[in-house]
Amino acid sequence: MDWSWKRIPAEFLVTNVRLCTQGKLGKRKGFLHVRKGRIEGLGVGSPTMEGLPVLDGAGLVCAPGFVDLHVHFREPGQEEKETVATGSLAAAAGGFTSVVTMPNTSPAIDNSGMVRYLIDRGRDAGLCRIFPTGAISPGRQGEAMCEFGDMVAAGAVGFTDDGSPVPNGNLMANALKYAGMLGVPIISHAEDLTIVGNGVMHAGYWSARLGLAGMARASEDSSTFRDIELARASGGHLHVAHVSTRGAVEIIRRAKSEGVHVTAEATPHHFSLDHSRCREYSPLFKMNPPLRESEDVNAVAEGLADGTLDCIATDHAPHTATEKEYQFDQAPFGVTGLETALGVGITYLVNSGVMDLGRLVELMTEKPARALNLPVGRLEEGAEADFVLFDPEKEWVVRAEGFKSRSRNSSYLGEKLSGKVAATFMRGRLTWLDPELAPRGED
Amino acid sequence: MILKSKDVLGLEEMSAEEILGVLEIAARFRAVFDRPVRSVPIMRGRTVVNFFHEPSTRTRISFELAEKRLSADIVNFSTATSSFKKGETLRDTAENLAAMKIDMLIIRHSSAGAAAYLAGVLECSVINAGDGAHEHPTQGLLDIMTMRQRLGDLRGKKVTIIGDIAHSRVARSNIWGLTKLGAEVTLCGPPTMVPGALEKLGVKVEHDLKRAVARADVLNVLRIQLERHASKSFPSNREYHRMYGITEEIVRGLKPEAFILHPGPMNRDVEIASEVADGPRQVILDQVANGVAVRMALIYLLSGGDPGALGGGQAA
Ligand SMILES: [Zn+2]
Repeated sequence: MDWSWKRIPAEFLVTNVRLCTQGKLGKRKGFLHVRKGRIEGLGVGSPTMEGLPVLDGAGLVCAPGFVDLHVHFREPGQEEKETVATGSLAAAAGGFTSVVTMPNTSPAIDNSGMVRYLIDRGRDAGLCRIFPTGAISPGRQGEAMCEFGDMVAAGAVGFTDDGSPVPNGNLMANALKYAGMLGVPIISHAEDLTIVGNGVMHAGYWSARLGLAGMARASEDSSTFRDIELARASGGHLHVAHVSTRGAVEIIRRAKSEGVHVTAEATPHHFSLDHSRCREYSPLFKMNPPLRESEDVNAVAEGLADGTLDCIATDHAPHTATEKEYQFDQAPFGVTGLETALGVGITYLVNSGVMDLGRLVELMTEKPARALNLPVGRLEEGAEADFVLFDPEKEWVVRAEGFKSRSRNSSYLGEKLSGKVAATFMRGRLTWLDPELAPRGED
Repeated sequence: MILKSKDVLGLEEMSAEEILGVLEIAARFRAVFDRPVRSVPIMRGRTVVNFFHEPSTRTRISFELAEKRLSADIVNFSTATSSFKKGETLRDTAENLAAMKIDMLIIRHSSAGAAAYLAGVLECSVINAGDGAHEHPTQGLLDIMTMRQRLGDLRGKKVTIIGDIAHSRVARSNIWGLTKLGAEVTLCGPPTMVPGALEKLGVKVEHDLKRAVARADVLNVLRIQLERHASKSFPSNREYHRMYGITEEIVRGLKPEAFILHPGPMNRDVEIASEVADGPRQVILDQVANGVAVRMALIYLLSGGDPGALGGGQAA
């Protein structure tokens, strides 16, 4: 039966694709059999199943839908930057089928009602699974603990005051113990505000040259160290967000070898760009943690390759065009990432020889899912059919007009990347189709 | 064409030839100061906007004087007298300025990079009058002019800059300009104020004041911003003065011809002892006069002024 994009059937075959799951990119062409939102079967070759619609994916890789452990969808409170609906579309366009939202909205996600609200908003949009995290402290004030138990029951997958550190070490220690009892992680935004002061970029040669206040590595290193020692003492699970320094990578590597329950993520911008990008004072290179030095960039990439860092997470942080028109020191921290993650990963990690494509995909699917115990991220029989079809060799130039996110504050504007998503499916339903890369069939 | 760009954003962007070209024109304007009629009406009918997004008295007055002597029409905006606050983005500011069809913008802004941003979006010429801790090119040029008046060619000459280099736009402009002209630059101050990373720009970092000034031909003593530091970068004014203040004792250890610059306004008995501030080694009033001349030269050149039309003056 001919394939039509207009109506995705309940049961169909995807053929002629290279399957990429569990860290391996298949050498031979294979197929995926989808039935009623689940994976009915998969394997090499092309099965003959009379009468089933066939989506011919020649030239494409078929991987589990990507999983992002760190996005800011800004809802409620800052809908001019992003909403759950626009963020979900951006996620789908980037090949993501699951995202973990950060709770630093306005008001913060600090009670079970807010957690349910976000899950509902995600369901309404229907383009991406939303796994909310909750705040550690009410209002992210860093003073007391939120009702973790109630929020986990409502669907929270972890707790963090992301955007800010938890300066009170005793609160952090208790949060790790208490969340540990509930089987969910505490996500650390490792920063020492007394060290960074009014810093706006990495403290080093470029901040000295540009006359911009610096944010020293020691802020991130010492906070990462503190949180790891608290995790060691409590036995709780610490997940370190957006690791950006060589020192933090080394601290995490040692802690893991000593059996501390720690997982960690790194962003595409921290494994691809260094602080020299700030030379034109463009706020599109202003984020927290900041772009660091080439030795840090390499350490983050190596940490991802050798498993010290468990996964890639985008820290997708949309801001309006107006906010990014302030001068560098006045503009807010943060850049978008969902729609460029695959391209940046292939361009900077695979094409540069740091890792193969199978490993990159693993870092965007199975590994993040496992780090936070999310029931997604694998292509296997019986699993829900969250998958992405992408062309790893497609070259494209990042353009502001192309973004589905409500915001366009990307560090990669104008840059040529390799690797683009052709189509994304969640529970067997199409959530994104790139008209240019769409496999043949009538649209 | 002495200046290749329509703007003057920093000495980083200027070549040695451009710097020397500007200083030569500035020297001719200095010669004009001694005549009874001190104006050169090249800017008649043209509008210059002085947009000061940060308090400044000396630099603004110096620019205004330069503009008046070139017969420009002048509009002054400052944060105190207009709505330009953080609420408005610089792009809005730029669009307003563009709509006013001005001929030149002089911009002082608390954010590093602000002048370059405006230069990129405006068709008119932009002169950076200081952007955050980044650059203050007219100050750099007037400092270099003052040094060259006494030392001639700066190649191999030793210049020591003392103070809070990390937060100083004056220091950065001096570093770029002086190194391009072949001077040997030493930065001096406590490590809290002198980032070692700046050595990559081809300068020396020395934390001991006596050693830093022993062989210097000229000292450029920066103003310590008392309000900024309040017990973070140095323990007290008293201790700063004891360790980095230019005292009579320090002056006695200098080479006999060595002289002292200060961008003003001075904190007497903090970075410089009163006796030294009033003594024979300082050249502060020359700096002030050269400041007007340098600004006239830049405005003149950016407005398409013909260097040949100015008559001779002593070389700077
Ligand atoms: Zn964070």
